[in-house]
Amino acid sequence: MRDAFTRALMREAEKDPRLTLVTGDLGFGVLKPFWETYPEQFVNAGIAEQAMTGLAAGLAMTGRTVLTYSIGNFPTLRCIEQIRNDCAYHDANVKVVCVGGGFVYGSLGMSHHATEDMAILRALPGVTVFTPGDPHEVEAIVPVMLRTPGTCYLRLGRGGEPCLHPGPIENYDAPRALTLREGTDVALLSAGGILTQTVAAADLLAQKGVSAEVVSFPCIKPIDREKLAELATRFRHIVTVEEHSIVGGFGGAVCETLAEMGAGCRIHRIGMEDVYSCIVGTQQYLREKYDMDAAAICERTLAWLAE
Amino acid sequence: MTYTEKTHAAFAGAPIDAGDPRVLAWLIRRHGLEMTHISRGSHIGAIFSLAEIMATLYTGVMNVNPAEPRMPSRDRLILSKGHAGAAVYAALAERGFFDVEELSTHYANGSRLSGHVSHKGVPGVEFSTGSLGHGLAVAAGMALGGRKDGADWRVYCILGDGECDEGSVWEAALQAHQYQLDNLIAVVDHNRMQSLDFCENTIALEPFTDKWAAFGWNVMQVDGHDVAALQDAFAKAKANRGTGKPTVIIAETTKGKGVSFMENDILWHYRTPQGEEYEAALKELEAHRP
Repeated sequence: MRDAFTRALMREAEKDPRLTLVTGDLGFGVLKPFWETYPEQFVNAGIAEQAMTGLAAGLAMTGRTVLTYSIGNFPTLRCIEQIRNDCAYHDANVKVVCVGGGFVYGSLGMSHHATEDMAILRALPGVTVFTPGDPHEVEAIVPVMLRTPGTCYLRLGRGGEPCLHPGPIENYDAPRALTLREGTDVALLSAGGILTQTVAAADLLAQKGVSAEVVSFPCIKPIDREKLAELATRFRHIVTVEEHSIVGGFGGAVCETLAEMGAGCRIHRIGMEDVYSCIVGTQQYLREKYDMDAAAICERTLAWLAE
Repeated sequence: MTYTEKTHAAFAGAPIDAGDPRVLAWLIRRHGLEMTHISRGSHIGAIFSLAEIMATLYTGVMNVNPAEPRMPSRDRLILSKGHAGAAVYAALAERGFFDVEELSTHYANGSRLSGHVSHKGVPGVEFSTGSLGHGLAVAAGMALGGRKDGADWRVYCILGDGECDEGSVWEAALQAHQYQLDNLIAVVDHNRMQSLDFCENTIALEPFTDKWAAFGWNVMQVDGHDVAALQDAFAKAKANRGTGKPTVIIAETTKGKGVSFMENDILWHYRTPQGEEYEAALKELEAHRP
């Protein structure tokens, strides 16, 4: 997803010479093509996320689209008040980009696990939250995000994720949810890079004779209410999957939306159960440990269907 | 009597030249007293502390236009110590950005004049603050954008000394030096007091000017209540363009300046002027009208 982001961003930087990328001293190997090609549109703010975000707000007020870039919780939680007061309250055209949503930096420890960012950013008025699930979604979303007024948050995964959509997504319009598989027994709703596990879980469920619909939500705020309403009429069980706390994030957004609609379906949330991850391991290891890998999604879904 | 009539009463009908920095500084204090009295609001000490700084900026130092508050070529001002926002509102109102009468709505239900300075719907306010340590980074971003565009305008940012406890101030100070923002002029209202005590008893800042110099800034130290000294410092700061260094003016001030019993008394960070204290403060101010 990182490389898809840089590719898409460079296309936009070519078209808009005022587009400016500000990094918090991270992105070695990812952003290099950008700073080599567009040095005038690149700023390294140093290891200073609060001032990076304030700086971006000030730059945006001179008529620029400005992206801040860092990893894990650094561009978000470390400077959440700057995002709230300086960017969002002022409708500043700042796009906050995080690489490493969820357990991407699993072995580095809990400081590097971004597992509350979606909930916290989603709570800020005026902030649009994008959570692409594969490189095609990233390439579709970057230009949409850059044309979305005000402050946005883009939560990316890592490098090297497989493409799950069959090809580029044409004419994406936020917050449209994207259906990857059609099914009849259960709907698996996914936000972010965990989409690989959600799709794989649908394959496992198919082997057990269960037909699962898979829908990716590349934008969780605003959320595709029409799609949710339609899914709620077609399915008795909806499962949400996120590499994130189940509190207030994607599952929370789905629950809020469908509860208000008076939908009669059951919603089951898969994610971190309101705990910090304290286990050392790779992203995939931690997904297994916290019951959100493909096998766990399959098993838990089967149990819920049997209730 | 309207709010405007009351706050202008000391002039007894004589013309009021708010373009004179000493007159504007007096008016800022007069409004500061009245606004915090009506609203039972806090921070009169801070408002009085920066009256001359604000008045000097809005009487010729900054290029601003009340007829076109968003004029692209305007100089930008961020009051990072947003709790002294009444001083900005008073200066803007007296300089014609909006009706002086509206100052009476400070803190009131439905008012656009919040206690900490707000830009929402208020002509002439560039940026909302209130949480300390935010303004300098945003000012640096504006200055960087202006420089990239080859713009002539400058960015001014007023900080409190207590505010310099915030680490984000120093992050921004490092960045402004790194990006050689010689179109950025910071002013520290150095009244040596913060919320609960003197700065030196809280988180010692001295040697304060040395710290800024060590961060690579062009540092000036002036009497922050001497309009001529401030004008001179701002002229030098403007002439600093081309050196690649941001400027900070350490304005030596007195918290509560202008009312003897408020000066250097920590009580007046939060205390609201009411009853006999309000009357005594008013009498002192009116006795010293320029």
